[in-house]
Amino acid sequence: MSLALTLVALLIGLAICWRFLGSYMTAVFEGRVRFLNSVERPIYRFLRVDVESEQSWQRYATSMIVFSGVILTVTYTILVLQGHLPLNPQHLASVNPALAFNTSVSFLTNTNWQNYAGETTMSYFSQVMGLEFQQFVSAGVGLVVAIAVIRGFANRGKPTIGNFWLDLTRAVIYILIPFSFVLGVIFVAQGSIDSFAGAIHVHNSLNGVHQTLASGPVAFMESIKQFGTNGGGFLNANSAHPLENPTGLTNFLSILAILAIPVSLTYVFGKMVGALRQGVAVLAAMALLFGAWVGLATFAESQANPAVAHAGITSQPAGNMEGKEVRFGPPLSALFGVSSTMTSTGSADASYDSFTPLGGFALMTGMMLGEVSPGGVGSGLYTILLFAIIAVFIGGLMIGRTPEYLGKKIQAREVKLAGIGVLVMPITVLILTAIAVATTAGRAGPLNAGPHGFSEVLYAYTSQGNNNGSAFGGLTGNTPFYNVTGAIAMLLGRFGVIIPALALSGSLAHKKVVPAGLGSFRTDNTMFVGLLLGVIVIVGGLTFFPALALGPIVEQLSHGRFW
Amino acid sequence: MRTNLLRSAVLTVVLLVICGVIYPLGGWALAQLAFHDQANGSLTNYGSTLVGQPWNDGKSINPNWFNGRPDADNPLALNGVAGSSGASNLGPRSKALVTDVRALITEWRAVGVQHPTADLVTTSGSGIDPDITLADALVQIPMVARARGISSTRLRALVDSEVHGAQFGFLGVSYINVLELNVALSKLSP
Repeated sequence: MSLALTLVALLIGLAICWRFLGSYMTAVFEGRVRFLNSVERPIYRFLRVDVESEQSWQRYATSMIVFSGVILTVTYTILVLQGHLPLNPQHLASVNPALAFNTSVSFLTNTNWQNYAGETTMSYFSQVMGLEFQQFVSAGVGLVVAIAVIRGFANRGKPTIGNFWLDLTRAVIYILIPFSFVLGVIFVAQGSIDSFAGAIHVHNSLNGVHQTLASGPVAFMESIKQFGTNGGGFLNANSAHPLENPTGLTNFLSILAILAIPVSLTYVFGKMVGALRQGVAVLAAMALLFGAWVGLATFAESQANPAVAHAGITSQPAGNMEGKEVRFGPPLSALFGVSSTMTSTGSADASYDSFTPLGGFALMTGMMLGEVSPGGVGSGLYTILLFAIIAVFIGGLMIGRTPEYLGKKIQAREVKLAGIGVLVMPITVLILTAIAVATTAGRAGPLNAGPHGFSEVLYAYTSQGNNNGSAFGGLTGNTPFYNVTGAIAMLLGRFGVIIPALALSGSLAHKKVVPAGLGSFRTDNTMFVGLLLGVIVIVGGLTFFPALALGPIVEQLSHGRFW
Repeated sequence: MRTNLLRSAVLTVVLLVICGVIYPLGGWALAQLAFHDQANGSLTNYGSTLVGQPWNDGKSINPNWFNGRPDADNPLALNGVAGSSGASNLGPRSKALVTDVRALITEWRAVGVQHPTADLVTTSGSGIDPDITLADALVQIPMVARARGISSTRLRALVDSEVHGAQFGFLGVSYINVLELNVALSKLSP
């Protein structure tokens, strides 16, 4: 009952976001929102960027890469110098280079994979100036790349795709900062902690217990963690921690915030290409996948935990409670899990490692489909557009005519770029997983034995290759092997998709629009939605089925066996 | 390239100031002014209502109190004291999980709870889950009644009065805050 009502509320909330956040974001990137002009103008003056100037895709991509390199260096430096920097009441030591590299890449790529426990590793300075800063910027970069790709589709013969510097500034100050701030206020009002005073010591005279509570500026990091589909929590238990995610309301708002921008971007897409129906078609494909996975995961987690049942607990009325919090319960934790894994967020209000085999399967495959339903901030849209190119190409082959998408001819170059963008993730994930299970260093990682141990490794690379950041947390990832290979997966999974996507945008930008005729392949109807879904599921399903069979599938099918 | 580097450096500084200084400090200042209690951990005289705490010595269950859910770091601590938060991360077909749950069932039986609920033998996501369900409290009533010499009926009324409904009726599930329940218990039977 509470799941059904939550879904209704979520649907209403998302409909409002889609319509209004969507049109607001469109206005922001078309330069029509100016209420922060007094902040914006001086920034452009410092940058020496003219507000009217635009860049080719090559310049756009170069600016993005150089900027990413600079902020990566800054974050890495902050982490390795942590011990000498202020705001470190617990006197935590500097972060070791391998972990600092993994972590700075992780936050740069919007992944937020965490090979550390926040409360015992990161000073407040590192959390705020290093990680929270990256949570804004990486979400901003994802967002502006999506906008640049949309411009490629929308332009009619104009070769430029916008200006990286203007886009990023606008994304941060008009979209990410204001909404995160409002959300942060609600989080703190509900009980999320926000203090720079250091750990809190309490004494309870009733039971004689002395307890130390982790503290920090959590609430306002929490909001951008979700709204920017980052997922990296301040505290180790992430959104399961009552000081990060204290109530049912904050849990619901987390889910809504995670989905808000990715869903609304389909509106921006439809508006900017001049046909809202095209955006709706993409949204429909996303929503159908998302709905199916929510069904699967909530069903799976409402089942009993096999190990708990085997130990002699005859009744598990709520479902699988291992690793879950009472205030959320299994169905809502499963909804949170699907929202987080299908958006490249990766935050968690329960232990995903302890999900039932089928529930864990849902989370893992949610990522393996390429993070397109609805995907991360920006990355979801530009990745699904790559799938859309493949879909019209296959559709074109079937009816024997040159494929078109939004009136632009899709030729060999576009299909190749889309192919690279779609395949780089599975190749990275599968090769790195194979290396990990073939080496001693890799096999040292898993906590669990048997197929579940393999799942932990596969999940780790799937999560990092898709820039998700959630984990089957039993894996010991803070080793040189996992720190370095994980960082490689994250970099390839991010830039290996962004660069082909921008190249595609540049290549489409200067194509003329061919007016739609009777013979044109329509991309705004049910047929196309079905074709797009087919491509996403077949690419994801076929590439990953053998690996999945060794992990969650065998675990689900092995009645009565325990490892 | 030089222009790009220069612009990157400038924008990095600008955004560090906006996202890394103004935003968190502004949020912190507002939080401390407008929501002072919540921003500092929702503390009461007995600890934080949001953070679960152990009600025993970490070795065996104390029948004098209602107990919360086990902590993955030390299952018998029934909620952690310090260190990092987190779950057991044991898989659904893990032998270790079977062993841990069996050990907890044995502990509960030692204090007279023959059929502990699933919540009471499974670890939570955070290790500091502050809540239990009504069913989790009900199975502990005979134990507490025996240890304190109060009637089960009075305890039942106490437990019932501590049930919080789900927020707005549907966001989450109804729960009992263990700290609030035990504080109320200490007033009923000091």
